[in-house]
Amino acid sequence: MRTTTTPLQRIWEFFVEKLIFLSGFTAIIFVVLLFLFLLKEGLAVFKTVSPQEFIAGKSWYPISKPPQFGILPLILGSLAVTIGAAAIAVPFGVASAVYIAEVAPPRLKEYLKVGIELIAAIPSVVIGFIGMVALAPIVANVFDLPTGLTALSASLMLALMAMPTTVSIAEDAISGVPREYKEAALALGATHWQAIYRVILRAAAPGILAAVMLGIGRVIGETMAVMMITGNSAQIPHTLLQPVRTLTATIAAEMGETMRGSPHYTALFAIGIVLFLITFIVNFTADLFLRRAEARR
Amino acid sequence: MVAPNTGDSTPAKVATRDLSVWYDDEQALKSISLDIRHNELLGIIGPANSGKTTFLRTLNRLIDRTPGIRVSGQVRLDGRDIFQDIPVEELRTRVGMVFALPVPLPMSVFDNVAYGPRRHGIGNRKALAELVEESLWAASLWDEVKDRLDEPAMNLSGGQQQRLCIARALAVQAEVILLDEPCSGLDPVSTSMVEDALVGLKENHTIVLVTNVIAQAARISDRTAFFLMGELIEVDGADKLFTLPADERTAGYIEGRYG
Repeated sequence: MRTTTTPLQRIWEFFVEKLIFLSGFTAIIFVVLLFLFLLKEGLAVFKTVSPQEFIAGKSWYPISKPPQFGILPLILGSLAVTIGAAAIAVPFGVASAVYIAEVAPPRLKEYLKVGIELIAAIPSVVIGFIGMVALAPIVANVFDLPTGLTALSASLMLALMAMPTTVSIAEDAISGVPREYKEAALALGATHWQAIYRVILRAAAPGILAAVMLGIGRVIGETMAVMMITGNSAQIPHTLLQPVRTLTATIAAEMGETMRGSPHYTALFAIGIVLFLITFIVNFTADLFLRRAEARR
Repeated sequence: MVAPNTGDSTPAKVATRDLSVWYDDEQALKSISLDIRHNELLGIIGPANSGKTTFLRTLNRLIDRTPGIRVSGQVRLDGRDIFQDIPVEELRTRVGMVFALPVPLPMSVFDNVAYGPRRHGIGNRKALAELVEESLWAASLWDEVKDRLDEPAMNLSGGQQQRLCIARALAVQAEVILLDEPCSGLDPVSTSMVEDALVGLKENHTIVLVTNVIAQAARISDRTAFFLMGELIEVDGADKLFTLPADERTAGYIEGRYG
């Protein structure tokens, strides 16, 4: 059968094609523009401080005279909260993913999945609020601290926020392991746990790693909850029981008070660049691991 | 029902008595009584849904994992009841299973074979290496993979993967090896290599081979059992069953009247 295309159809084809191309391209353009904007506003800070003073400087006093823009305490604050949250969320998240995917009876499995996904629906400001009102006093009591607004409290609440991402992606990865692997291991006399540990987790490792990285990504970028629970004191943390301040919270809390173009303003944008780089590195490493794991299969 | 077919005086390696299996309300196996002799290669043939795979999966209790399963009757391994007298992990090392599609575990060739022994506490590197070599040798695979032990098992060809799965079962000192259509995905050359490996294993192992290829059962089995709709219709020496079947349903299947 021969089909004929009218000129109108051809013009229509042309426009649709270009439209799809443009929509695909805009996503990339936006990212590039965003980064350029960040660079333009942020790099100006280095007229006031040297890059080394900025990254490794130990004091963040943006409104003293002269101002000091050392973001080391903020980087370490973010790091403390993130590592703390990851240390809690990763083992619990992976364990609960294993339970849901491999152990739980079918009915319970459905309830658990819905329940965990519900956590994701809690707005972060509510998490922050609960942390402030309910968790902080407990932390203060247990460790006998003057304030419960510490890196530990933030880690606990952020671990909760990272759980839904980590659990559901890890669960998908584990459920995606072919049933035959498990049966093959069992048929060799492995116990249920040995089959899970040596075969299933191994086969699901790339997915689990991605789950962990995405969970961590969520924690690093989180702003509202950490602003409410960390205590917001820009000091270098020595334990998790100290108040800290994160990169994100600093931007959110101080942006409103700055004058456009002032050194303080540009310093906040420079923090944005640092955050961008950190997130990029996390994603990039995740990708690297994923590829390596894929190649090894 | 067919009377227990012991035939000779040596006690059976695996003996089932009135073995019935239900999936929920559907009866998949109907009162199977069958003796599997020491070091014989028993072929099992029959159309789809005749209970062959269910029978096989019952013998090493992989069937336990199926929801809604119910088993009655007895299965004895060397005279001991597999549901009561033998811990399930021990049973599964003694009664190994090779699946229709080769399932190399996501690790190296060496680790695949060493997986089972490691689970059972063999940590000594030298002992492991010897065991792996022996098992691969017995599965007629050693010459082909001796230089590729560190490669991912996924890189092997289908026939090699299937023999790797056999080696894996051998490495845990399986006495009985169950194979569920092990050649269904293989080309003729790979198939004959797997068959040769099985024939070689008969010296020291009892083998139960479920196959959809009647010719395969005729080629390599000592005795062949014919299953139909959950029933054991007859079991006899391959030479007899394929030329002079006692039951006309067997004759019908062999001539191609079912599935």
